[in-house]
Amino acid sequence: MIITIAMREVHSLFLSPLAWSILAVTQFIMGYLFLGQLDMFLQIQSRLVALNDAPGLTEIVVTPLFANAALILLLVIPLITMRIISEERRTQTLSLLLSAPISVTEIILGKFLGVLIFIAILLLLIALMPFSLLLGGTLDYGMVASAFLALFLLLASFASAGLFMSTLTGQPTIAAISTFGVLLMLWIIDWSADFSEAGSVFSYLSILNHYRSLLEGVFKSSDIVYYLLFITTFLTLAIRRLNADRLQY
Amino acid sequence: MAETDEILVSVDSVSRFYGALCAVNNLSFNIHRGEVLGLLGPNGAGKSTIIQMITGNLSPSFGQIKINNIDILDHPKKAKQYIGYLPEHPPIYKESTVDEYLRFCVKLHRVKSNEQDETIKVVKERCHLTSVENRLIGNLSKGFQQRIGIAQAIIHSPAVVILDEPTVGLDPIQIREIRALIRELGEDHSVILSTHILPEVTTTCDRVLIINKGDIVLTESTEGLQKRMQSSSLSVGFLQAPTINELRAFPGVDGVETLQDGYFRIHHNPEIDPSEALVKKSVEQQWRLFEIRPEQLSLEEVFVDITTEELNHTHQEPTEAVNS
Repeated sequence: MIITIAMREVHSLFLSPLAWSILAVTQFIMGYLFLGQLDMFLQIQSRLVALNDAPGLTEIVVTPLFANAALILLLVIPLITMRIISEERRTQTLSLLLSAPISVTEIILGKFLGVLIFIAILLLLIALMPFSLLLGGTLDYGMVASAFLALFLLLASFASAGLFMSTLTGQPTIAAISTFGVLLMLWIIDWSADFSEAGSVFSYLSILNHYRSLLEGVFKSSDIVYYLLFITTFLTLAIRRLNADRLQY
Repeated sequence: MAETDEILVSVDSVSRFYGALCAVNNLSFNIHRGEVLGLLGPNGAGKSTIIQMITGNLSPSFGQIKINNIDILDHPKKAKQYIGYLPEHPPIYKESTVDEYLRFCVKLHRVKSNEQDETIKVVKERCHLTSVENRLIGNLSKGFQQRIGIAQAIIHSPAVVILDEPTVGLDPIQIREIRALIRELGEDHSVILSTHILPEVTTTCDRVLIINKGDIVLTESTEGLQKRMQSSSLSVGFLQAPTINELRAFPGVDGVETLQDGYFRIHHNPEIDPSEALVKKSVEQQWRLFEIRPEQLSLEEVFVDITTEELNHTHQEPTEAVNS
């Protein structure tokens, strides 16, 4: 049943021009950044040879690419998740799901899975760039895999927050803007970490910190747990919010 | 119809509050298998609230609702299997084609995968959607969209079909078809029909529930309602009109009103119908009677009558009676 809802979600995403244009624009910008990094690598390549323990192709091209991807997709994911529930609320199609023999948990998980499938497609397109380097070089597969895992977890977290925001309102734009606000807040929350007493808490909360270490190839289970907790929290909130619709006062 | 004693929907002293506002007040009724129940009431009477509670879209503040003996709050998934629901606005995805949409609905209602094709085909024929199966729902007319909504509600042949104003936006021929469809559904399902169109109730329903301000003001079979529509007055027209006193002299006549163009309205005792005596006398006296017909109250009048009259008699809620 979750799969049914997920497939419908993906289907309707690709029926609207939104998904296509997001894929196109993201791909274009990522391509530009990728070529820029590649250019830089080619310029400094000769000097790198002279160095002991020099950074490789992966560190110079792939890692910065993924770091930038995170920031670009921070702007993009709210646009994908904004309509998930709020659009159904607005067009009053939510009652179709609510009167069907499925639970609210299944609805939310199905919708989330649908977004994850879209994210997977997005990542697949981005993956084509680093893998094109294999034509003329070699990659550190462990590091690339770690970077992919990091980006996937990061985007899944974005999506779960977006999904929750979408359950709160009947206006997709409000859902988008508040998702963006929450994500950006969590992104920059550790900027003040050095000056405040609760600094360690803030830097733990920061999405960026956990992303950075995974990106550098440092696989810590605490980072993975952070993302999983993040996703579970927002999905639970979304389920509770949708359930509360029946109790409205 | 094929009514049995099996209770499919039981609503037991259900109340619903929105803040301090009481939308539904301690309501109880049952619906049997094979019964078409009409839900009538002025705007804001609580019709939609009741329907949303039965379909599990809204939780009651107090009371219990059972579908096929399964509590909708304790086992929502199980209970909802027996419900097909068409809300006021058909819940359709405008970007899908009719086939895609129905395929999704079939899966949503857990129809077995080897029966899905057949189920979709049957429902398309039933609701006359075969000709538009590959078109986008958003491009279809309101009538088609409404029929897609009905198709969605009956696709899994649920025991209870709940339709909120199903004939809105349909042309007269389609309305007749849909009414026939509802009657057909009523043979072996239960149907709850909420509507503003009063004649629809007399043509399609077995029983009528009139609701006003969250209370049931009348529950009556359709025949009973029709009896209430029979009034005790005649409209007669003469070319050479007699005097009012001559008309008053007939046995059973309580009062006579003079209307225009030789027409009179004669109020009479419901037990004694003076029409026959009137026709006889007219021939004898050369009054040249050219028209005589019993006047019937329209359903609207009965409806207005009931909603106001019953409220005046309700003593449990003196405040409401004063308000109306």
